[in-house]
Amino acid sequence: MAYTEEELKKELETKEYEYGFYTDIESDTFPNGLNEEIVIAISKKKEEPEWMTLWRLESFKIWKEMVEPEWANVKYKKPDFQAISYYSAPNKKPKYDSLDEVDPELLDTFKKLGISLDEQKKLAGVAVDIVMDSVSVATTFKKTLAEKGIIFCSISEAIKEHSELVKKYIGSVVPQKDNFYAALNSAVFSDGSFCYIPKGVRCPMELSTYFRINQAGTGQFERTLVIADEGSYVSYLEGCTAPSRDENQLHAAVVELIALDGAEIKYSTVQNWFPGNKEGLGGVFNFVTKRGLCEKNAKISWTQVETGSAVTWKYPSCILKGDNSIGEFYSIAVTNNYQQADTGTKMIHLGKNTRSTIISKGISAGKSQNSYRGLVQVNSRADNARNFSQCDSLLMGNECGAHTFPYIEVKNKTAQIEHEATTSKIGEDQIFYCNQRGINTEKAIALIVNGFSKEVLNKLPMEFAVEAQKLLEISLEGSVG
Amino acid sequence: MLKINNLHARVEDKEILRGINLTVNAGEVHAIMGPNGSGKSTLAAVIAGKEEFEITEGEIFLEGENLEDNSPEDRAHKGIFLSFQYPVEIPGVSVTNFMKTAINESRKAKGLEDMPAKDMLKLIREKSEMLEIDRKFLSRSLNEGFSGGEKKRNEIFQMAMLEPKLAILDETDSGLDIDALRIVANGVNKLKSKDNAVIVITHYQRLLEYIVPDFVHVLHNGKIVKSGTKDLALELEEKGYDWLKQETVI
Repeated sequence: MAYTEEELKKELETKEYEYGFYTDIESDTFPNGLNEEIVIAISKKKEEPEWMTLWRLESFKIWKEMVEPEWANVKYKKPDFQAISYYSAPNKKPKYDSLDEVDPELLDTFKKLGISLDEQKKLAGVAVDIVMDSVSVATTFKKTLAEKGIIFCSISEAIKEHSELVKKYIGSVVPQKDNFYAALNSAVFSDGSFCYIPKGVRCPMELSTYFRINQAGTGQFERTLVIADEGSYVSYLEGCTAPSRDENQLHAAVVELIALDGAEIKYSTVQNWFPGNKEGLGGVFNFVTKRGLCEKNAKISWTQVETGSAVTWKYPSCILKGDNSIGEFYSIAVTNNYQQADTGTKMIHLGKNTRSTIISKGISAGKSQNSYRGLVQVNSRADNARNFSQCDSLLMGNECGAHTFPYIEVKNKTAQIEHEATTSKIGEDQIFYCNQRGINTEKAIALIVNGFSKEVLNKLPMEFAVEAQKLLEISLEGSVG
Repeated sequence: MLKINNLHARVEDKEILRGINLTVNAGEVHAIMGPNGSGKSTLAAVIAGKEEFEITEGEIFLEGENLEDNSPEDRAHKGIFLSFQYPVEIPGVSVTNFMKTAINESRKAKGLEDMPAKDMLKLIREKSEMLEIDRKFLSRSLNEGFSGGEKKRNEIFQMAMLEPKLAILDETDSGLDIDALRIVANGVNKLKSKDNAVIVITHYQRLLEYIVPDFVHVLHNGKIVKSGTKDLALELEEKGYDWLKQETVI
């Protein structure tokens, strides 16, 4: 816990020496800027088939015509997209089948980051696919998964080895033209994860990926595609930590989930990108498009704990296309200091008897701004659709803000929509009450915040819940003095 | 145990305590009575270290140690417990979880390890039985949706769990029906020993029938205007506070 961003940065700098990154860095980092040549070069670098190159180029064309959206309740200096390098790989290292092959010193760094693979393995049998910068460095438990016919690999690998699946589904939920950042991602995505669960298979372990940014000035454009075939089940965990940087870093990921008939996908995220320093300098810009498609009787559940990033723009959504399908969104968003978050969800009810639940908990401290933005849409054919939304905001101090923008569009009379919202403030009386019982203020805040967030924390897989709880404490340290 | 010398305290510009002198020895029960606005609750809060109040003069000693520089949590660790008149709600935090945190934080301050879960459960079982508390109650969010009586009983349950040296009960009797009052008073009596002390703040003599005080003090305008034995409480019950007010106006 005492491990500071600064120490982490130093650690990583020395790592670069140790691994001889310096010799390879020039050849593996593209010059700044974005044009067709760069897009083609990325595709070539990744040895992609032609259809993928064309898809990227098409995306780039679309992106060029688009403008950056301004409707979100966030203020920031727009990134100069020509000042970013769109590809960087840590090294041309061989891929690993097991942890034993990974350099022990690298593993040591991950351990210090709190990403102990060994522990994770023992704890819950988690297969971890670490994305360090843009290229997968280690993949574990592949064999166990392979026996069940489950494919869990980097998206680059999937494009080459499971081309048909990727071709069929990529862009099917988040089309290239969906939004500015999605188009950008489609053109330049460097890597990410791919997961396919065959018909009727219940994935025996939680799948987990850790993302990190470790190179100054490198944008990250992750692409994740999860396909759960008919009647299958998967729980996917995603967590991020990023070392401190002075300049803003752009992160524009796209996550697509496809739950075919009767399938269930549980997608959990703990996001802890560098939020900038106390004066609001630096920090990651996180513009993410996450969306899932539910076929008949399918269920998609998004759970997120968002504590990081200087600016967050993120709306994990569900398209409830199939009859009787279910969408869920459970979110905790914490903002402190000068952080800004505009986050929420969209529940699009297309099928009959579709149900959705939204539980959003926003916690704002310092001078931060925290917005919930949600859309519940019931289309004309979606008979008996139901939605329940609950948006709670907790404020700490007098300089932060909490905002709620709920949009409800209903075109079917049989729909039942419920919306509840509360705003509360951590009171001095609550703190004093805890103090009087021997609980110091910092701990009291953690206790109150955890109580406030409990409904969402409970939705996280066990080992993640513990981590998330710690993260909430760390994120709010020193926020009430 | 507790010694208060010439204590003056104010909130913003308003002076509320104007020279309190009080000595409480181990094994004693003191009752502090007085009309509304006389400073009873302020005195309790100031002893507990609430920062909203500024001490302009005087000192508070606990077992010979000046509490001046002690935060509220330090004072709690040293054995001061305040049963609140209006206990706050903490949504999503169960009574059990809250107690576990409180006990372990106090242990940590004393350099002790967390209490083993087994011991914690045993302690909870024992104390909840003593106060006739339904186990289901312990998994509910702290004070959320509790009735007035439940809140007060929960305060005494916490006192039983934390085993303080000095317990201050701020109007614990308000909002209690007669059965609850008896249970709460029995609890307090069972917890009483020659090593600890209790200060009971109350409007009415009723509670003092169950928790019998060794001394009764009357607070008025931020000062103790009269002290006596339990008979003083009876006299107050009979005559009200007005005769004392008149005496002190001079």
